[in-house]
Amino acid sequence: MHEMSLAEGVLAIIEDHAAKADFTRVKTVWLEIGQLSGVETEAMRFCFDAVTRGSVAEGAALEIVDTPGKGWCLQCAETVSMAELFSACPRCGGYQLQATGGTEMRVKELEVE
Amino acid sequence: MCTVCGCGQGETKIEGGHEHEHRHEDGTVLSHAHGHDGEHVHAHPHAPGGLSYAPRQHSHGHEHAHAPGLSPGRMVQIEQDILSKNNAYANANRKQWQALGLFAANLVSSPGSGKTTLLVETIGRLAGRHPLAVIEGDQQTSNDAERIRATGAQAIQVNTGKGCHLDAHMVGHAFERLDLKQGGLLLIENVGNLVCPAEFDLGEAHKVVILSVTEGEDKPLKYPNMFAASDLMLLTKTDLLPHLDFDVAKCIEYARRINPKIAVLQVSAKSGEGMDKWIAWLERGVVAQTPLAKGGGSRSEPGDFAAGRH
Repeated sequence: MHEMSLAEGVLAIIEDHAAKADFTRVKTVWLEIGQLSGVETEAMRFCFDAVTRGSVAEGAALEIVDTPGKGWCLQCAETVSMAELFSACPRCGGYQLQATGGTEMRVKELEVE
Repeated sequence: MCTVCGCGQGETKIEGGHEHEHRHEDGTVLSHAHGHDGEHVHAHPHAPGGLSYAPRQHSHGHEHAHAPGLSPGRMVQIEQDILSKNNAYANANRKQWQALGLFAANLVSSPGSGKTTLLVETIGRLAGRHPLAVIEGDQQTSNDAERIRATGAQAIQVNTGKGCHLDAHMVGHAFERLDLKQGGLLLIENVGNLVCPAEFDLGEAHKVVILSVTEGEDKPLKYPNMFAASDLMLLTKTDLLPHLDFDVAKCIEYARRINPKIAVLQVSAKSGEGMDKWIAWLERGVVAQTPLAKGGGSRSEPGDFAAGRH
């Protein structure tokens, strides 16, 4: 999907923090990417390498932490696991599921020097 | 350049006369009309959220990331949404539009679903009833804005260049160019793309996903994020149903697998079928957004079809 824009968003966040937290090089970037967020992690890596060239994050390792998908089943009135947005409820087999977790895309932390 | 969708930034253009360009920190080039005292009038909230920079020693299990023999670096906690910048602009847009009593809908679909034809027909039916303007998003050309302007309505074209979606920043600037400060209806026609626009909040009250019956009925399953993000699905070109194998009931069932709360309307801009319900949905949105309705305790939801998500 729009991994190039997302990678640019990650770099913008890093550059904001570089000024404020006083660092000149980023060694590792930890991203939290939800299973239901629709982000293709391989595309994200490719785009991250491309957009960070010539920046404080050039050559930084990208660590992607997957967070599991979760949904609220209206029929079971319970939180259940959800692998895809179109998944059926693993308890009742119904589709009355609203995603409640695993949609996040966050920059968690940085290792800098 | 993204190999998946060709998305990139830095070539955005907003049409308009007597303008100059300047480059933002993020590389986006914006064309500005003069007459705003040299100031950048669109509010730019930056760095949302409280952030902490507690430097600490490296001691929590990220050792695998290091080559042996290298000293560990300092850790900086970020915990910030990748889209936080866009979301901050979107919230500023939303606040401004709510204050003006303006109802904004973000129309998303694949290319060729008939968004512009639907808009032209919609504008014809709403003519003179509410102040109305359109923001048109496309990678290139101002053809769509010209089609809208031919109806007599205000329209402004945003060309995203390599970008595959509108973002809240571009839309905020485009809005400055419109004379719509008295409330009414803002229709935003996003770039034809069923993937990327799903993630970018523009400040709208609702996303409306448009699916034409000449596409497959399994589109909701193929592009679930868009159907999850939308509050209303408009099935368009229904006049063609007799000639197609499109299974309407199945399509609606698929959409509700993704989003149990999604409302559905079937319309044909050509025959006019279902247009009255679509117009009524928009008008309920406009009424709910006016300061008077809000003062009466009504929420900014267009009635029965609302899914209540913002």
